[in-house]
Amino acid sequence: MERRRSLPDVLAGGIFVLIGGAFVVGALGYELGTPTRMGPGAFPLLVGAAVVALGLAIAGKGLIAVEVISFGPIPWRAVAAIVLAVLFFGFTVRRLGFVPTTAVTALLTTLASTRVRLRTAVAVAAGLTVASTLIFVVGLQLRIPLWGPWLGF
Amino acid sequence: MELLDNLALGFSTALLVQNVLYCFVGVLLGTAVGVLPGIGPTATVAMLLPITFSFEPVTALIMLAGIYYGAQYGGSTTAILINLPGESSAAVTALDGHEMARQGRAGPALAAAAIGSFVAGTVATVALAAAAPPLASVALKFGPADYFSLVLFGLIVSIALARGTALKALAMIALGVLLGTVGQDIYTGTPRFVFEQRELYGGIDFVSVAVGLFGVAEILRNLENEQTRTAIVSKVTNLWPTREDRRRIVAPILRGTGLGAALGVLPGGGHVLASFTSYAVEKRISKRPQEFGRGAIEGVAGPESANNAAAQTSFIPLLTLGLPAHPVMALMIGAFIVHGITPGPNVINDEPALFWGLIASMWIGNVLLLLLNLPLIGLWVRMLRIPYQVLFPMIILFAAIGTYSLNFNAYDVYAIAFFGILGYVLIKCGCEPAPLLLGFVLGPLLEENLRRALIISRGDPSVFLTRPISAALLVLTVVALVVAVLPTIRQRRAVVFAEED
Repeated sequence: MERRRSLPDVLAGGIFVLIGGAFVVGALGYELGTPTRMGPGAFPLLVGAAVVALGLAIAGKGLIAVEVISFGPIPWRAVAAIVLAVLFFGFTVRRLGFVPTTAVTALLTTLASTRVRLRTAVAVAAGLTVASTLIFVVGLQLRIPLWGPWLGF
Repeated sequence: MELLDNLALGFSTALLVQNVLYCFVGVLLGTAVGVLPGIGPTATVAMLLPITFSFEPVTALIMLAGIYYGAQYGGSTTAILINLPGESSAAVTALDGHEMARQGRAGPALAAAAIGSFVAGTVATVALAAAAPPLASVALKFGPADYFSLVLFGLIVSIALARGTALKALAMIALGVLLGTVGQDIYTGTPRFVFEQRELYGGIDFVSVAVGLFGVAEILRNLENEQTRTAIVSKVTNLWPTREDRRRIVAPILRGTGLGAALGVLPGGGHVLASFTSYAVEKRISKRPQEFGRGAIEGVAGPESANNAAAQTSFIPLLTLGLPAHPVMALMIGAFIVHGITPGPNVINDEPALFWGLIASMWIGNVLLLLLNLPLIGLWVRMLRIPYQVLFPMIILFAAIGTYSLNFNAYDVYAIAFFGILGYVLIKCGCEPAPLLLGFVLGPLLEENLRRALIISRGDPSVFLTRPISAALLVLTVVALVVAVLPTIRQRRAVVFAEED
């Protein structure tokens, strides 16, 4: 039997160990209590330990893998643009107001695609800003100011 | 006849003008979303959830349910017309459905799907109405230990049905349960894992998790290799199936309905299993198995019926036990809670109009689907031509706005980016996201009932084995786990899903 490494398995296992481990460390900081009266730390500690154990098993299986799963390409540009757009929205929606935040978020999102030209991007952003203002603020009466304090409103 | 009285009450609620209207809106939106590739019903329901907050509870639930089975159905239209199943359960439909479309028989394929779905929806609605009251009365006898074992069973069964290895599915469930512990501890009020951020005291919002895992991650996958989508949509001419077609679809529709209604109750994606199983059954018992994959109408009618029946009966565990069988059902739990209703066995007695109204609306929704889909097929075909470059910014933007409007909390928005990336990486590593969401929603229930059971038993863990309901459920859980982990069975599971590729 040929032994090869399956890096995606190792990566997945690593993520589980990392997150599970962080929760275990955090849980130890809370009261564990007794079986009769479990404290706030007990359940996360148990589950966190289970996640770590499963992560180790997955990573271990990946190191002596029989079948190798392919990871494929990563669209770095899309990842960056979308994360940036979403964080921008969350950070500025209350400060800049609905309209400017929506417009910039939409524009940032269009950057995710390598195929979108500037003119299309601006048109899409403008259209989406109008549409979402009409749907969410006018139609659904969402209580978000259209223009925010950063713009002097 | 109690069943008839209940259905009468249901229809008197469901036929109110605003309820029919929002059922229609839900089915229409759901179909549109199902037709548009790139976003599944889970993310759609999550994004549209905030819209329904201002409605009456029953109206909100009717609309959300409509979106769900509308999307379920819309996926089959794209599967047939452009060989692009919008959802995993529609993948089987693409096999023969698209082949039929290439032979110029898109019409009969669509008609078989529509008729099959309608028959299945009707039967499953009655099954739901008949099965729910007895199950709910059993569930009312459940103590904390029984409930803990039930939730555990639900989670473990969802692995058996997930794709990928059982080990990864198990890890995803556990990770979901772990993430569910963020926020204030229910018994002591201690804030856990909140990094002193008051916004996190209420925990991570499940809508953020769902939108991130099923919306953002899916878009990233679609942007991996950007190709201009093939706009070659098969022409739809004569919709009406020939007499030969009609004869050939009767039995598959009935078998698919039965299979789907039974499998839909299972947690973790019974509808996917239902359509695959139905296809396998039809192929095996057919006198002309060689026609399968080359445009056999049975291969469309059976799986489509199974799929729709399962979508309907997946409401049974939600309405009677408060257990979601599927990520969309997990979101429905959220919708119930927002409207101040705890999903579970009490709903049927406390809110009979809502309970029966929701069930009756499903039948109305199926009628609307039939009326909508065939005449409006031209509209759906046109929607297929919307370029992805317009679509994906819209999805991201609406996801951000929708998530923000839940609690006006920026952390919920940051969370969709976090879960989008986490989900994307894990999906690329072969981990399916659905178990994580189920774990996330059920985790707090698991913890609450574990702790409550131990308080009642004075710390004696044997309570889980001495109560008969709990013991039986734990035995079933162990069986499910063994079945999922046993390599031989795992291989057979791979065979079931292999036909998707």
